[in-house]
Amino acid sequence: MSGEKFPGGQKASYRVVLFYSTSGTLVAEKILKRERIEYKLIPVPRHLSSDCGICLRFLREDEGRVMEAIGGKVEIQDIHSL
Amino acid sequence: MGLIDNEGLQWSNLSRKQGSNPNAMKGSRVIYLDNAATSWPKPRETWRAMENFMRHIGANPGRSGHRLSIEAARIVLEARMAVAELLGIEDPLRVVFSRNATEALNLAINGILRPGDHVIISSMEHNSVMRPLRALEKRGVEIKVLACSPEGELNPQEVEQAIRGNTRLIVMNHASNVVGTLIPLAKVGETACRNGVIFCVDAAQTAGAYPIDVEDMKIDLLAFTGHKSLYGPQGTGGLYIREGLEGVLEPLMRGGTGSRSEFQEQPDFLPDRYESGTPNTVGLAGLSAGVRFVLSQRIVQIRANEEAKTQLLIGGLESISGVVLYGSRDARKQIAVVSFNIAGLTPSEVVMELEEEFQILCRPGLHCAPAAHQTIGSFPQGTVRLSPGYLTTEEEIHVILEAVGKIAARVTEGGVAHV
Repeated sequence: MSGEKFPGGQKASYRVVLFYSTSGTLVAEKILKRERIEYKLIPVPRHLSSDCGICLRFLREDEGRVMEAIGGKVEIQDIHSL
Repeated sequence: MGLIDNEGLQWSNLSRKQGSNPNAMKGSRVIYLDNAATSWPKPRETWRAMENFMRHIGANPGRSGHRLSIEAARIVLEARMAVAELLGIEDPLRVVFSRNATEALNLAINGILRPGDHVIISSMEHNSVMRPLRALEKRGVEIKVLACSPEGELNPQEVEQAIRGNTRLIVMNHASNVVGTLIPLAKVGETACRNGVIFCVDAAQTAGAYPIDVEDMKIDLLAFTGHKSLYGPQGTGGLYIREGLEGVLEPLMRGGTGSRSEFQEQPDFLPDRYESGTPNTVGLAGLSAGVRFVLSQRIVQIRANEEAKTQLLIGGLESISGVVLYGSRDARKQIAVVSFNIAGLTPSEVVMELEEEFQILCRPGLHCAPAAHQTIGSFPQGTVRLSPGYLTTEEEIHVILEAVGKIAARVTEGGVAHV
């Protein structure tokens, strides 16, 4: 999953944010869409503890923007690197 | 009128099959005046959204990670967001869905009250409030019923006077389903808030028909139905739950939520804490579209439209000799629900004539609110209830008034009431 490449050729590095419910995940998705932050909805990787089936994956470099956008609006369960 | 599809209004097939009344065959349309029971017809957006879900999505929301499941979950979220926008709710996840307002009220009432608690209600409540409370009364909950005036009006000062040390909850319907009279919601909310009492509103008749803001009105719990003025399908409704109340509000049911699956205990976060089992996603697709319809028409415009038709109906009925009118007789003080009787006839006789002779559909009797009929003085026979909707036309109101006038005239002339 972390093997995708940027056009420049270097490996992309991802973080995933997990929420307590699918509703919460989809509220966060709406915020990221509105803020034009690149993301992907993916099934929660099995090695991570899961409260709901899906989570949001984003580029590591966007973490500050992601946290600022969704902080205080949706309760975050956990954040992990992939 | 462009907003609805009138195919559903064709009456001819049904009346031919019944073959009971030759007059019925002449009229090709019915006049539906039972919107307080459920609104009809629905905007076409409602059933198109339901068809779209059934045909193209169909999956279980929040149960799997695949795209159709996510799409279904988005539909449910959109419905929450639409309801939240309409009612001034900041966090859409604090809207939990149920089958109807009755289930939402049962959740609120049974979830909050414990033996020894005191609860205040009005004498205009529907049985969806009365019956759960009377059952709890047998288990030690004390109920104070505030008597409303014969017009169905509540004196908000009486709420303050009724509050005691163990008063836990105030439950009030925003508007009576029998006479339409509105209660001064913001005043009761302010009193409840100042005294630290939880305020639960039964908005079955008003959500979508009258402006509501849960913050301005200091509402802690608000039960709504999807199939009346929100123009969704039957089988949808819900409860708004103020932040922090989940600690004291026990769920009505527990079960699978698609979250916290490794635990055998119910999750404590919203909406999952109160939404167990596969939801009515097809219904919520329709509800979402129905609420968007309300938002697009604007609630102040809907209210003004219904208020004008209500005043027309009240004024017309008042001028008919032999008609006994109930309620405030002032459209500014009520929603589009009008109750009356014709002296010398029972409500069901009047309703039968309205249907058979004039193709007007409405509801006689007690409307699941015996206490309200006791308050307005129409118990046990009940009333004839006319409830126009946003899609009812002014022309239809004139047809109804003419029909009631004819039926009443036959009684005063001493003729046989029966057709």
